[in-house]
Amino acid sequence: MTGNSSAILVLKDVSKAFGGMPVLQHVDLEVPRGSIVSLLGASGSGKTTLLQIIAGLQEPDGGKLSIDGRDMQGVPAFARPVNMMFQSYALFPHLTVRGNVEYGLKARGVDRHERQRLVAWALQLARIEEFAGRRPDQLSGGQRQRVALARCLVMKPAILLLDEPMAALDRGLRAQVQRELISIQRAVGTTFIVVTHDQEEALAMSDHIAVMDRGQIVQFGEPRALYERPRSRFVASVLGNINLFDGSAEALGPCRALFRTSEGLEFVINHEVDLQLATIDAAGFRPERLVVSADPAGVANELPGTVEQVTYGGKLTRATIRIAGGRMLDATLVNVRGSTGACLTAGDAVHVGFPADAAVVLTE
Amino acid sequence: MTGSRLTAVDRATIAVPLAWMLALLAVPLVFVALLSVHGVADAIPPIAPLFGRTDGHWTLHATLRAFSLMAGDVLYRAAFVSALINAALTMIGCVAIGFPIALAIAQAPRSRRNGYLFLAVLPFWTSFLLRAYAWIGLIRDSGPINAALMSLGWIDHPVPMLFTPAAVWLVMVYSYLPFFVLPMYAVLEALPAELLAAAADLGARPAYAFRTVTLPLALPGLISGAVLVFIPAVGEYVIPELVGNSSTIMIGGILWDEFFQNRDWPLAAAIAMATFLLLIVPSFLLRRWIGPLGATQR
Repeated sequence: MTGNSSAILVLKDVSKAFGGMPVLQHVDLEVPRGSIVSLLGASGSGKTTLLQIIAGLQEPDGGKLSIDGRDMQGVPAFARPVNMMFQSYALFPHLTVRGNVEYGLKARGVDRHERQRLVAWALQLARIEEFAGRRPDQLSGGQRQRVALARCLVMKPAILLLDEPMAALDRGLRAQVQRELISIQRAVGTTFIVVTHDQEEALAMSDHIAVMDRGQIVQFGEPRALYERPRSRFVASVLGNINLFDGSAEALGPCRALFRTSEGLEFVINHEVDLQLATIDAAGFRPERLVVSADPAGVANELPGTVEQVTYGGKLTRATIRIAGGRMLDATLVNVRGSTGACLTAGDAVHVGFPADAAVVLTE
Repeated sequence: MTGSRLTAVDRATIAVPLAWMLALLAVPLVFVALLSVHGVADAIPPIAPLFGRTDGHWTLHATLRAFSLMAGDVLYRAAFVSALINAALTMIGCVAIGFPIALAIAQAPRSRRNGYLFLAVLPFWTSFLLRAYAWIGLIRDSGPINAALMSLGWIDHPVPMLFTPAAVWLVMVYSYLPFFVLPMYAVLEALPAELLAAAADLGARPAYAFRTVTLPLALPGLISGAVLVFIPAVGEYVIPELVGNSSTIMIGGILWDEFFQNRDWPLAAAIAMATFLLLIVPSFLLRRWIGPLGATQR
């Protein structure tokens, strides 16, 4: 992973400890130019510290960090080609929208004509021209976020760091704001690095996701790859609900194996061609991949079960199903016309199918 | 607060401070205003009755004697001016010393702030008079400061410091400092640290960020704190009396003299009213000015 000229940010073996407690351990990361990369993890996973190290607000204890091919050691925060959009947006309350957007250019001593040109460009880009004369407390949450974004983008940073960009917004607003953020990013081509603890946000926004756990990047990849082919139990469950079974596999045929769970259940599963079967120690099925039906549906690996609990959610029905041996499964059914989900009630006897190609095999 | 209807509980809650303000602010003020239009008399109390009954008619004996006396004598005007100048200098001193103190405490690690604040206020746990006398001991001709300067050979004779306008200023700044530091600290401490982080992120060096972010946002607090120092400083009586001289006669001292020495209660009351009006009008104007500024703090 070295010498990749398409990478705008390269971290090599970056470590950081606070008072003897390791917060980041040997982090390697390459961020492709012009992409949106999410650092996904729970609080305490080290994602915010990593963001601060990239911004120059924290010095790493060890390792190398380069931006656009330039080593950043000893380069202070204000001199880095990086800007940060704060979780609270940190807009200056005493300045207008225009004043906020202009702030960094004034601080850097950009001359008036250039400043006006850049501010006009940024205001237009973020579609906040009509609010240019207002103060932050006269704006909605989404508008404030766009001001914060314009205030950073006007500086033409190589990398924009976004710290929990949706945290200050109402839930109902987030999907739309995500789309706007992505379309602005596509328009300017600036590399975005997003810190988030929300897996849906990471999946929806990112070109790549770095999943972090206890100071390490445990897996890096495209959202689909991480969701469909996580390596570890941790990554599998961070990206969404999953029914996990411990066990081992033996070969059945080409790309086909028999997975035997520790409870004694047997599933025929499909796997990638290059997978070493001996390394498999768990398999999982996402709730929406289970096939739940009143009569056997003819898919592989069908087991009888009893519905324990049903949560009807309109387009989706979530059910908890008990199968032989007392094991509980989470199932999510999409309520299309004529489907089982809309009719399911607690106590129903059902069949649960585990399609062979839906198996997520885990080696860690 | 939805709607403007007040419940019985709301009214009762408001009634308590309202009664307090009426009893301790409005009533005494009316009292002083009435006193100022009395005539003097050789009596106890030394005032002529406001109403008299002659030939079966009630007559009003209100007089503007006290006000015309006050307006006619240059002494009072000089004392007003000297009190205002002294209060302004005290205010400037408190801002110049208090702002850096408040800023330093506000920027200290969170766990230490209360300790520092405690230390800043600690001297004010002892009696004010005791501290004033301590200053007298320090700055008098035979005090340790003059002794130290003389033993260093920097001066031959003690430098007179006590009983000078400078001494008044020094002790007043010292005494009024907490009244500025505490509100200033409250405002600075409430400024989100993220704003300065954002300024730095946008390329602002610390001095630029201070000038463009900290200072404008702290300004309403700074003005409030300065007013809090200025207003009581105008009427200050004890400090000029203790460490000042005849050139530092201020309106507070005059008021005291008129009341207790000359026993001219109406004149003392007129001086009090004049001081009150002198301060209340600019205060109202200031409120209107910093009102919208303060509103942006939310």
